Amino acid sequence: MFEAVLLTVITAATPLLIAAVGELVVERSGVLNLGVEGMMIMGAVIGFAVANQTGSGSLGVIAAIAAGMAMSALFGVLVLFLVANQVATGLALTILGIGLSGMIGEAFIGVPGLDLPQLYIPVLSEIPFFGPVFFQQDALVYVSFALVAFVAYGLFRTRVGLVLRAVGDNHGSAHALGYSVVKVRFLAILFGGACAGLAGAYLSLAYTPQWVENMTAGRGWIALALVVFASWLPLRVVIGAYLFGAVSVLNLHAQALEFDIPSQLLSSLPYIATIMVLVLISANRRLTLVNTPACLGKPFVPDR
Amino acid sequence: MGDSVAETTLPEVDETVQRQDRSEKETLLNAKGLTKRFGDILANDNVDLVINKGEIHALLGENGAGKSTLVKMFYGSLEPDAGEIFWQNQKVTIGNPASARELGIGMVFQHFSLFEALNVVENIALALPNPGKMSDLAKRIETVSRDYGLPLNPDDIVADLPVGIRQRIEIVRCLLQEPQLIIMDEPTSVLTPQEADQLFLTLQRLAAEGCAVLYISHRLEEVKRICHHATILRHGEVVRECDPTLETAASLASMMVGADVASVSAGDTKPDIGETRLALQGLSAGAATPFATALNDISLELKAGEVVAIAGVAGNGQGELFDAISGEMRVAPQMVQLDGKPCGSKNITWRRKQNAAFVPEERLGHGAVPGMKLSDNIVLTRHGTGDRLVGGGFVSNVEAGALEKRIKQAFDVRMSHDDPEARSLSGGNLQKFVVGRELDRKPGVLIVNQPTWGVDAGAAALIRQALIDLARSGSAVLVISQDLDEIFEIADRIAVISRGYLSDPEPAAAMTRERVGLLMAGGAEAQGEVA
Repeated sequence: MFEAVLLTVITAATPLLIAAVGELVVERSGVLNLGVEGMMIMGAVIGFAVANQTGSGSLGVIAAIAAGMAMSALFGVLVLFLVANQVATGLALTILGIGLSGMIGEAFIGVPGLDLPQLYIPVLSEIPFFGPVFFQQDALVYVSFALVAFVAYGLFRTRVGLVLRAVGDNHGSAHALGYSVVKVRFLAILFGGACAGLAGAYLSLAYTPQWVENMTAGRGWIALALVVFASWLPLRVVIGAYLFGAVSVLNLHAQALEFDIPSQLLSSLPYIATIMVLVLISANRRLTLVNTPACLGKPFVPDR
Repeated sequence: MGDSVAETTLPEVDETVQRQDRSEKETLLNAKGLTKRFGDILANDNVDLVINKGEIHALLGENGAGKSTLVKMFYGSLEPDAGEIFWQNQKVTIGNPASARELGIGMVFQHFSLFEALNVVENIALALPNPGKMSDLAKRIETVSRDYGLPLNPDDIVADLPVGIRQRIEIVRCLLQEPQLIIMDEPTSVLTPQEADQLFLTLQRLAAEGCAVLYISHRLEEVKRICHHATILRHGEVVRECDPTLETAASLASMMVGADVASVSAGDTKPDIGETRLALQGLSAGAATPFATALNDISLELKAGEVVAIAGVAGNGQGELFDAISGEMRVAPQMVQLDGKPCGSKNITWRRKQNAAFVPEERLGHGAVPGMKLSDNIVLTRHGTGDRLVGGGFVSNVEAGALEKRIKQAFDVRMSHDDPEARSLSGGNLQKFVVGRELDRKPGVLIVNQPTWGVDAGAAALIRQALIDLARSGSAVLVISQDLDEIFEIADRIAVISRGYLSDPEPAAAMTRERVGLLMAGGAEAQGEVA
């Protein structure tokens, strides 16, 4: 039973984790993209549609990534080249994504989906308890682990990551040193879009293999909140995403056991617990301030 | 305590600049006919400039004369509209800062180009084309910085460091690029006199090693002291070249302005000191943010008729002290007293009604709302103090407009059309406006933070004279400033703030720059702790 619960925790947490890590990279470069929800749902519908038409889960995942990137490219052009307001543009992107996905997905409502195969890692998956939990998952779960490691290492141990953080901390200085702020940010936005698209594909191909209108159900917003509460640190995003996943799964089990607690209160538990824990771990204000991208959301216009 | 501080040995700067015969020197950089236009403004008009190897070359001019524009073209951050740059007799196009660094041109910026959230090594690595391994770079930074007498700890986060150290990072970053030309944009404006002396030593050593320095400064005394040659810009054009060692500070100033600069005078009359107008008693306040400074038991009596100046290096609690006096930060009531009335817990309007006036440091965004017209900005600070600016809940545009015209005339605020938005004024003009707005009230107590920061010589003289005149007319004036020249020009008594401790104010006539420098470097703190 415990193993089964843990398995569902991982599947509930994975889409949040993937989307949040992508958004973390975007925000570290100094751009606030509130369109995560819109990019995610476009990834979900396109991923489902392509997988359904071609019969290939992998093609579906690739298409979902491309869809997320296309949405983010639109956002990038608007906020970087046309210097549109980032908050307004991000909100518009979400509204656009939800509307567009509803239209594209109309033909796929009620169509049975294609489940991504489980990938059993040899040897490791036979370890008692840990094996089934961590090494008998679908491929995207492993991708999410790799993604976090990649981002954490890339941000803090490579030159690309250093430049990215520098651009987010002080775009004026980065420009003065000769770095292309717009280029760095555009690439970061594309990466964020790819992650959001992938997270969407996870929902419609692995989590619940079907297309339902508005199926992201606010997960994009939760991913956004996780990034802030995690003080823009990748490992804290992991804690936040898994905590949120765990409490939301426990909440379902608790409701099934019919405790005498109003279900509305139980449903709000994941949010309360996640916020409380992340607030507690970000109590070190100095660390939080140093990690907050100082140029977050500020438009950049080079004086040339 | 004071004795041990005084024992600190000061570096000695070679006071006699080695006169250089320019014709014998090899040309490093030769700019011909550089022109740069921003909209209607011709920032650089056909500028010619020759920099030789091993020379410290001063670039002088008022604010807006085009100095920064010119050096940005050398550093590749701006593209010239016309003109050519020759580097070691080769025609070059400097498309971006990376190619400037490749040629061997380094720059130390006026507003530091550091990344606060990153540590010293990361900041330096960002400016190097091939920084190599971080641990190796850290070792190199330690060696080079110690070698030049600018020691740095590679692991420090920049946000935690005082400005003097931040500038060291900029300089060491530049040195690691092994440049042949270092451009320095007002490097001493944030340094204590001792730190400036250390910088001059470094520059002289670099020049002796054959590196050229292009040195931008408003401080003519130091230009005379260390520079071999000077080029003077006015309204974007080169108006003169000279050997600064043969000039006086006054003659250099008049070349920059194009007319004689009125000297500020405190008048022959001794200040007529009256009763205490502003008293600080044991003013203490914790640091509100990790990057703020705590105030420690500050006491001060400001009397009618005098100008008291508070010197100190930026970031030592000046902003916090100003906020506590103005009411932006509330403290215990008796800590701040205006005319004997405790007001530490009162708001800023209450204090203004007690005939106090405040001019904060940051003029755009704090002292004035950028997107509002000047007349509206007048209403914001003066609505509660008469002038019939507000009646029955309505703002009187007529009265505000009349005030705006009065201030504009009295303080020579220049604007393209009547009553513009605050952001459209140049820095100097806006400063004249925000100071003039408060002076126009003839306040009994005036607190000014950095009255002439980034303001050209003419406007600065006007503002300083107005502050002295206000004090002589019987008001109490407190000036917080980082500019020692300014402080010695206008102050009757001088105190120094260091890490949130304030030294006892001493008569200006008895103060020396060396003493102020020692207090800045921690002496004030020692004194505060003893007291």
